[in-house]
Amino acid sequence: MKFTLSWLKDHLDTKATLAEILERLTMLGLEVEGVEDPAAALSGIIVGHVLEANQHPNADRLRVCKVDTGKDTIQVVCGAPNARAGLKVALALPGTVIPASGEALKKGAIRGQESQGMMCSNRELKLGEDHDGIIELDANAPVGKALAEVLSLDPVIDIAITPNRADCLGVRGVARDLAAAGLGTLKPLDTVHVPGKFKSPIQVRIEASHACPLFVGRYIRGVKNGESPAWLKNRLTAIGLRPISALVDITNYITFDLARPLHVFDAAKVKGVIHPRLAKAGETLAALNGKTYELDDQMTVIADDEGPEALGGVIGGERSGCTESTTDVFVESALFDSIRTANTGRKLQVDSDARYRFERHVDPEFAQVGMEIATRMILDLCGGEASELVIAGAVPDWKKSFVLRPQRVAQHGGIHISKTEIERILMGLGCTVSEHGDGILASPPSWRADIGAEHDLVEEVIRVYGYDHVPAASVPKLSAITSPVLTQLQKRRSLIRRTLAARGLNETVSWSFMPKEMSKLFGGGADALTLANPISSDLDQMRPSLLGNLIQAVGRNADRGFADHGLFELGPQYAGTKPEDQSSMASGVRVGQMVERNWAGTARPVDAYDAKADALAALSIAQVPTDNLQIEADAPAWYHPGRSGSLKLGAKALAWFGEIHPRVLKALDVKGPVVGFEIFLDALPPAKARPTKARPALKASPFQAVVRDFAFLVDKSVTAQAVLRAAKSADKALIVAAQVFDLYEGKGVEDGKKSLAIAVTLQPTDRTLTDAEIEAVAAKVVEAVSKATGASLRG
Amino acid sequence: MDQLKSLTLDEIAKAETIEALEAVRVKALGKKGALTEEMKKLGGMAPDERKAFGARINEVKAVLEAALSERKGLLENAAIDARLVAEKIDITLPCRPEAEGRIHPISQTIDEVTAIFAEMGFSVAEGPDIEDDFHNFTALNFPPDHPARQMHDTFFFDEHAPGERLLLRTHTSPVQVRTMLNQKPPIRVIIPGRTFRCDSDMTHTPMFHQVEGLLIDETTHFGHLKGCLIDFVRAFFEVDDVPVRFRPSFFPFTEPSAEVDIGCSREGGELRIGRGAGWLEILGCGMVHPNVLKNCGIDPDKYQGFAFGMGVERLAMLKYGIPDLRTFFDGDLRWLKHYGFAPQDVPSLAGGLAR
Repeated sequence: MKFTLSWLKDHLDTKATLAEILERLTMLGLEVEGVEDPAAALSGIIVGHVLEANQHPNADRLRVCKVDTGKDTIQVVCGAPNARAGLKVALALPGTVIPASGEALKKGAIRGQESQGMMCSNRELKLGEDHDGIIELDANAPVGKALAEVLSLDPVIDIAITPNRADCLGVRGVARDLAAAGLGTLKPLDTVHVPGKFKSPIQVRIEASHACPLFVGRYIRGVKNGESPAWLKNRLTAIGLRPISALVDITNYITFDLARPLHVFDAAKVKGVIHPRLAKAGETLAALNGKTYELDDQMTVIADDEGPEALGGVIGGERSGCTESTTDVFVESALFDSIRTANTGRKLQVDSDARYRFERHVDPEFAQVGMEIATRMILDLCGGEASELVIAGAVPDWKKSFVLRPQRVAQHGGIHISKTEIERILMGLGCTVSEHGDGILASPPSWRADIGAEHDLVEEVIRVYGYDHVPAASVPKLSAITSPVLTQLQKRRSLIRRTLAARGLNETVSWSFMPKEMSKLFGGGADALTLANPISSDLDQMRPSLLGNLIQAVGRNADRGFADHGLFELGPQYAGTKPEDQSSMASGVRVGQMVERNWAGTARPVDAYDAKADALAALSIAQVPTDNLQIEADAPAWYHPGRSGSLKLGAKALAWFGEIHPRVLKALDVKGPVVGFEIFLDALPPAKARPTKARPALKASPFQAVVRDFAFLVDKSVTAQAVLRAAKSADKALIVAAQVFDLYEGKGVEDGKKSLAIAVTLQPTDRTLTDAEIEAVAAKVVEAVSKATGASLRG
Repeated sequence: MDQLKSLTLDEIAKAETIEALEAVRVKALGKKGALTEEMKKLGGMAPDERKAFGARINEVKAVLEAALSERKGLLENAAIDARLVAEKIDITLPCRPEAEGRIHPISQTIDEVTAIFAEMGFSVAEGPDIEDDFHNFTALNFPPDHPARQMHDTFFFDEHAPGERLLLRTHTSPVQVRTMLNQKPPIRVIIPGRTFRCDSDMTHTPMFHQVEGLLIDETTHFGHLKGCLIDFVRAFFEVDDVPVRFRPSFFPFTEPSAEVDIGCSREGGELRIGRGAGWLEILGCGMVHPNVLKNCGIDPDKYQGFAFGMGVERLAMLKYGIPDLRTFFDGDLRWLKHYGFAPQDVPSLAGGLAR
């Protein structure tokens, strides 16, 4: 909402400076978004006095002038037809920036005559469009003075209005807030009734009182619709409106001055009676913006006997629009339902100043007053004579009142404000107040529909008193030492995040969406998870897995020349629309070489074991007992079927890992190898709750541990997990560890078999083992492994 | 005996290798060594003579052993020195490849915010991204015709029942509602999470992150809201005297409502948080609207409190000078390496939030 300083001062009697006004506006919640101070652009331009104006010897149209700058006399060559001796002019001296060009003026010679300055036109100074000649200043303007001080320049202020403050969509509302905040006094408004000289030939019959509860009309005959006076055109231009004709300009002016939208019909074009009613389906309106709209039965129209003349509260129609030849007018000041107005405007995509106000709130009591003010302005500027008022419908009941307990201001606002001050503020805003026991009975004014309860009054009081005056108080601590607040899941996420990063993976954050087609690669694609209004078809499906976005990201990085790296993300994935269908995931991918080529060793591409190691490291830091995990080759379809698996506790999968399926990579246009893992954080078993942080005593055996190696020949299909499990089970008391240290297939091992070498650690706790005992355990290991896996000891 | 001693000492001094020295030792002190042979004579001596001779032998033996040990030490050191000369490597060769990843600025910023509010007794609440109209709008006092409910701001799913459609939460505030419905006051929670709006341009992304805060008890007022957020911004930006301004504003779910600006300067084109001529808007806040409390089953005559919400990316951009919002979600390795944080940088108030 824009207005000029002088416009504001029409309503506000104040000695405050522009800066003080701007500061207070913002602190009232009327945030200043911009100020254009034309004076700032005129710095360096002064009043000059043309002493002589002589014909240029070499050019018919140019004059060579002697100009008094107040300090000395300079020579200026000027082409303006009105450059003449005696004139007071706007003079730019060398070095001054000319607003229109943005360039600094230089001394020069024009057709052989030196020119030491420039006399400016309105357009050159961006003060107007006029470029027929140079500016002619008042004869009394003091020579040498800054031009900005001589012209009464009007700064333009632009403020943001929050949706609850419809009353500030007029300059007067803004002035009222400033006055209530102590920045001056609100000037009275001339609301005197203009008596009618005749009965209006046009009558109004409301047919939809819920859509248009009140219509105040007036016929004015014998008007002359010419150009508006300069002051009116200047104000409208200053706030970005285009002056059209006096009648239209007056309605626009009152809209912005008093937040009272009006409409003026050319009375000669209105046929019969005016009916505010709902449109009939199929009716159309050719509107003032040149477009034709198809109406439906939820829209409010102002119709005459021939059909719609205007869309109520939204836009006028062309048929009855005013032109220069208009002599008789019918003025409308009505009330329209806000929701209906908003819906109509939205449906037809019409943004108008009237709609903007009606869909927020328009003061119901002001319909008639606005008409009086409009009448006076039309009679003043266009002449003519006014009819009696035509009033159809009635002002809807808006009055309400409630009690404000002054202590509520302190309780909620944290500041003590005296009852007198509270009353002063409320009255400044237009409330009527009276005593009510310990409290204040307040009735908000008709222009403040947003005030509907005691807490709204509390807000108003604190707002106008000033948030800056409320003393800040730290939140009281609940205990001297702050207790930990994170849940186990939150702590685990943090540990896993930093563990994965320490392992060389980079954390990324990607969209919760992905293309629907892509989601199908990862078991998704349900219609229930498709957005009805996506930003683009690339982002139309809630992701069923984090992997798709991660794989695409590593692909993009590889295209940028980073072939070998890994990314991970902690975030949600969606199996359905219910809250419990959203899973908290830690997922990651690695691409290219796990070990890049280097002088000290050989390069190695990423493989499923790298992804497995990432998953196990994450589970381990989350205190999942990783030794008890089952590893099964049953990862979902987006993994390589032979090179992937799941990590399970009982039947529950905690994580999947493995090489990404080559067809998935192909579909995503990413070069492999790519490996990945997905950890279901919600599925991790809760860590054991313990009464203290004390750890169990260390049981370090004083007796030497013995490590025995075994090389087993097994079928290729036998898993290392099966061999190790069997070996460990051979003597649960003595065997504390079993590890694979070699795997061999090929020459010397028959087809379909592999050699798996394991190291078994025996740890006695009460004696040193004898050779015979060790041999006995070794024999049990061989027996157990053979029995479980069909292995034979390799000779 | 003296001759044996001086001869052996001479041989020890002349031994040039460990092996030569060992030969000398065997010759003198070995099983058949000269001194060992002398000791064998003791058995045939009279007690007095044996005592004197024995002492003499022991004395010589001690001298020889000390000399052997000293010489051995010297020779060993010389051998090590000789080996080391041959073992020189090119210490300028690079280390074997190792990778360390980075923490995303969004996570790091949420960790920082959490550290500060945890200190003030706020725990961390979370909730679903896919929400319904009640939790995202109705309970938060949005009127039925509020523009935010229109298609152009909110991502919707197709209707799952006549007139009912789910949506992606447009703010983290629905978790306020869920918290209040499930927990009795006093309540102190912050709610970090993903939020979604149908918007995509230079300064908007369809997904972004917010941290919401909620404090409900019987006494917390607007002054506490100011204090809490002033304490927060000063701790977060790690600028003790950064000016903080509370400007009246409007949100359906709070009253009074405010937008919070912090001071900054833009001298020389560089944005600096702190004292200066400018203001930067960083968050919205207010006292929880009584209708919201009522909608969540909390008696507004007994309980009151405040709520606030801020954009995580914006906080990160301002604190760490990250210029472009859209780059947060690209997964561009160069960006992650440049703006990301080392995994060891766990924010704490004791050690400072950021290095």
